[in-house]
Amino acid sequence: MSLFNKFDQLARDRAALLSSGFDPFGAPIEQVFSPTEALINGRRIILAGTNNYLGLSFAPECLSAAHEALDREGTGTTGSRMANGSFSGHRALERELAEFYGCRSCIVFTTGYQANLGMISGLTGPGDVLMIDADCHASIYDGCKLSGAEVIRFRHNDAADLKKRMRRLGERVSSTLIIVEGIYSMLGDRAPLADIVAVKQEIGGYLQIDEAHSLGVLGETGQGLIEEAGVGDQVDFVVGTFSKSLVGIGGFCVSNLPELDLVRYVSRPYVFTASPSPSVIASTRAALKLVRDGRHLRERLWRSARRMYRRLADLGYRLGPEPSPVIAVMVDTREQALAFWYGLFEHGIYVNLVFPPAAPGDKSLVRCSVSAAHTDQQIDHICEAFAALRPMVTSATAS
Amino acid sequence: MHPGYDEVLVRLKDHLQKVAGKGKQFSDDTDLVSQLGLDSVKVLDLIMEVEDEFDISIPMNVLTEVHTVRDLAEAIAQLRSRH
Repeated sequence: MSLFNKFDQLARDRAALLSSGFDPFGAPIEQVFSPTEALINGRRIILAGTNNYLGLSFAPECLSAAHEALDREGTGTTGSRMANGSFSGHRALERELAEFYGCRSCIVFTTGYQANLGMISGLTGPGDVLMIDADCHASIYDGCKLSGAEVIRFRHNDAADLKKRMRRLGERVSSTLIIVEGIYSMLGDRAPLADIVAVKQEIGGYLQIDEAHSLGVLGETGQGLIEEAGVGDQVDFVVGTFSKSLVGIGGFCVSNLPELDLVRYVSRPYVFTASPSPSVIASTRAALKLVRDGRHLRERLWRSARRMYRRLADLGYRLGPEPSPVIAVMVDTREQALAFWYGLFEHGIYVNLVFPPAAPGDKSLVRCSVSAAHTDQQIDHICEAFAALRPMVTSATAS
Repeated sequence: MHPGYDEVLVRLKDHLQKVAGKGKQFSDDTDLVSQLGLDSVKVLDLIMEVEDEFDISIPMNVLTEVHTVRDLAEAIAQLRSRH
């Protein structure tokens, strides 16, 4: 038994992947032409798996803000927020995010992954309870592990199951944090937030929502599901990422609870890492304004998302439960999913390939994400490729 | 061993028999994943059904120590004795 025995199966799987051409898990993007087109493996490809929902990655406002910050403050902060890494831009972004959500305060983290790690492990510890939706993102599961709290899963999007499990806790609900997501990253479905809030109101506990995939996508000003559902004042902590609609990298949490300011001092993923680079902070500040004023982008995004979802459903593909900018085609086997992924690439389209356990249940996914920057012609081209490849996934008929 | 363990074991085995299929033989020491033919996703679904059967929630932290039918019965009995 050696340290590396556990990699034996992985090594065999990887060798099989590489023998098919190039590795879909880390496709080499050689040149980026626009938010929706790039050169991959020597071919010009339509990007349909980037989470670039509003298509702002080349917005002139973001580019010039980043250039200016780069020239003024250098390439990196070289330190933690708790040491030399809190520049005026970090503080300004925290004020602007708090204002955007109408909240008392905000903490900015270096990545969205760390925002979940930092908040969950900062807020909870041994003796506390974490009540999480079973389909939560890996960053939430990892934050739970780091916290040392008792972790209980409830059935995905099932407020009645949540209620039953909260009731079982008795007095421990007062030290319980419920965690859900705005739009779930793999199947694109929304949390039944009003129902979940009602459980919290009736039984107790605190509620955190991760708006990673819904920020910029849902709500009049793009706050996310809390805005669409009209329950922002009932949610205790809103976590989000800069790496999707805000087209940078980083994460945040906003809250009206004064204790949020104390989390900075106890959150190891916040304290023991360097802060985001000044250029990233500057472009994120610019992107936040565009998101807030981007109603026309959201309208365009949803029009394309609904059109593509409807077309793929009509073709008989088994999809997530509701139209969304995340459109996941469920495939029964890894082999089918892999072959399908290469088939799409041959048609000039890049999407995400997801194998279990990253996908819910035991299915593999061919996961697309739609962008406001996709043209009607690009959406048509993607749909035509799915139509041409339909015979490859005979078992994936809509249920 | 926790009070009520024997009763839990009987009910748990009944439940597992339904999930695994009538032809499947298993003992207290049967490994849920490698021997009962359940993959990790099916085990998590099974756990949720068992939680409903016994009206408890089994924390994930406890599940990391559960490998066999006996481990699961002991975890359930321990959680029930808390209430």
